[in-house]
Amino acid sequence: MESSQVIVITSGKGGVGKTTSTANLGHGLAEQGYKVCLVDADIGLRNLDVVMGLENRIVYDLVDVVEGNCKLRNALIKDKRNENLYLLPAAQTRDKDAVQPEQMIELNRQLREQFQYILIDCPAGIERGFKNAIAGADAAIIVTTPEVSAVRDADRIIGLIEAAEIPAPKLIINRLRPDMVKKGDMMDIDDVIEILAIDLLGVVPDDESIIVSTNRGEPVILDKHSRAGQAYRNISRRIAGEDVPLMDLSSPGLLEKLRRLVGGK
Amino acid sequence: MGALIDFVNKLLNKDDVPSKDLAKERLRLVLVHDRATLSPELLMTLKEELINVLTKYLEIDVAGLEVNLDRADDTVALVANIPVKSVRRA
Ligand SMILES: Nc1ncnc2c1ncn2[C@@H]1O[C@H](COP(=O)(O)OP(=O)(O)OP(=O)(O)O)[C@@H](O)[C@H]1O
Ligand SMILES: [Mg+2]
Repeated sequence: MESSQVIVITSGKGGVGKTTSTANLGHGLAEQGYKVCLVDADIGLRNLDVVMGLENRIVYDLVDVVEGNCKLRNALIKDKRNENLYLLPAAQTRDKDAVQPEQMIELNRQLREQFQYILIDCPAGIERGFKNAIAGADAAIIVTTPEVSAVRDADRIIGLIEAAEIPAPKLIINRLRPDMVKKGDMMDIDDVIEILAIDLLGVVPDDESIIVSTNRGEPVILDKHSRAGQAYRNISRRIAGEDVPLMDLSSPGLLEKLRRLVGGK
Repeated sequence: MGALIDFVNKLLNKDDVPSKDLAKERLRLVLVHDRATLSPELLMTLKEELINVLTKYLEIDVAGLEVNLDRADDTVALVANIPVKSVRRA
């Protein structure tokens, strides 16, 4: 495509929300009409398929494509709800050594022909899997939670992203709890930004609806009443270049609570 | 109600620094150390360039040259030990 972008979603620390973010931002961008491909680069620990609810449709995977066992188009899975959205699943029974950075660059080259946004779901850590996932990326999104260990790892990743000459990584702060911030028991947005000194892309509140939606295999962004879903919609519009103000995360007011009751959420 | 409970807790708890301030301070310190790592290649290049500059002014014992990052509690210093054989005349 004339303007395609490969964005790696990474964190260093495990379990902070890379896969959740990849699935939701993919939907958010596809919803805006862009052609989007999500690549699960967490080889051996395949997850993006279940978060997307596409686990029953997998025939071939990323390793099959790079090894030439199948054509790229045979491995791509079309999303159930959005025809602009595709998934390239990870291999489950192989390890990270099955792929080389050069092969990822070649894969991205092929994907760029068909898609406007290619989002790479990176494995945790800074080893081989990370190096594969960032190979050939144009941009990086760093996901962290407002906790000491996650922020420390994010700092390390930012250093590695800069060393790989991927320009200006952007930050998503996930699982923020406004009630704890208010009490002084959780670092707030400004604290984290001050420490990491990178641009903020968005903030996603800690939200039970993420767990419910993941149980169902439907990314939370499809739930119009969820605050996390709203946060992801905002972030995906910012990725596309729109100037969207940060949403107010302070605990929902009476009106909002009533609306949720009425809305059955 | 919640505010009242917080207030009572604060009265009872003397060393009541908000835990997020501790988190921030600890992070700040740990990152000073984390960020102050020079890769071996970078350290080698730094040494070579130092030698180039120094030998303009001094005759130094290149084999005895030591350059390291020294980390104290909350500061990091570049410490160099450079044995000088003689000073060049101006
Ligand atoms: N904002 C949130 N609110 C509540 N739960 C969340 C939130 N974000 C993520 N989670 C939950 O945290 C868990 C880890 O999320 P996820 O799998 O996206 O992390 P990850 O960074 O991809 O992990 P890994 O490093 O193992 O790949 C999941 O159970 C997910 O449902
Ligand atoms: Mg993951």
